[in-house]
Amino acid sequence: MTGSPLDLSVAFSVGPVAVSEPVVITWGIIVFLGLGSWLLTRRMEARAGTGQAVLELVVGALDDQIRAAVGHDPARFRTLVGTLFLFILTANWSSLVPGIEPPTAHLETDAALAGIVFAATIWFGITSRGLGGYLRGFAEPSWVMLPLNLVEQITRTFSLMVRLFGNVMSGVFVVGIVLSLAGLLVPIPLMALDLLTGAVQAYIFATLALVFIASAVSDGRPTPPTGKETS
Amino acid sequence: MISIEALSVIMAAIAVSFGAIGPALAEGRAVASAMEAIARQPEAAGTISRTLFVGLAMIETMAIYCLVIALLLLFANPYVG
Repeated sequence: MTGSPLDLSVAFSVGPVAVSEPVVITWGIIVFLGLGSWLLTRRMEARAGTGQAVLELVVGALDDQIRAAVGHDPARFRTLVGTLFLFILTANWSSLVPGIEPPTAHLETDAALAGIVFAATIWFGITSRGLGGYLRGFAEPSWVMLPLNLVEQITRTFSLMVRLFGNVMSGVFVVGIVLSLAGLLVPIPLMALDLLTGAVQAYIFATLALVFIASAVSDGRPTPPTGKETS
Repeated sequence: MISIEALSVIMAAIAVSFGAIGPALAEGRAVASAMEAIARQPEAAGTISRTLFVGLAMIETMAIYCLVIALLLLFANPYVG
């Protein structure tokens, strides 16, 4: 990947609809995650085997994080936040497979993910506080904050998108450039750094989604200190 | 007269180089404070490092914005025909 990172290469086209390569890779990741989840949870036992123990560890850690951010009842948010985390992690690490470019290195995938978080924020806000309560939340702590709060909804979604795109894309880009300069063994430390960045970014994305949802759900009560950052 | 293409390349380099200074200093300060805090209170290391990672990603975003601006100048410049 040393061409323009904003271009999309078309894999094949069905009639007038062009299907780009990131979409095909995304389908592959969906199938991989779906099949993997089905295979690992097919036979659940009270005495956990190796695979089940690993899964329970993952779900337990996720629940702890959600409980630390929201304060109660992790079950409501586990599906969305856990899926976001696992999908972005798998997508970021899919660059390990030769010939595959992570779909999160393209702006469109990140825009879709940020859009999901944006819609989920509104959905959770309305279902837990009612339409009136959710709208009143924009005028807190006073009505002067109303335009700022409205703008914040857009800008934080945008920055969620650009952050993931920039980090993953720059990693892939740097590896591509180094690969074109010196082929053998030199890109490996950079790829290792890329793995770390990918994992951290997946964690950050899930945490920020959680913080946004928590701030929409909580009715004026102070949120616990995972940080209530906005940008 | 310098051409738009050459100016875009120069400006992209300036954007990234100057945009990297602030986040670099800020990340250094953040990590130093977190290490001090961990040294003073080792039992809070989990919470501190979790908050540190989120904060570092926030700070890093500024540098990433500059990178995106540079890429827009290089690859999606609206003024280059």
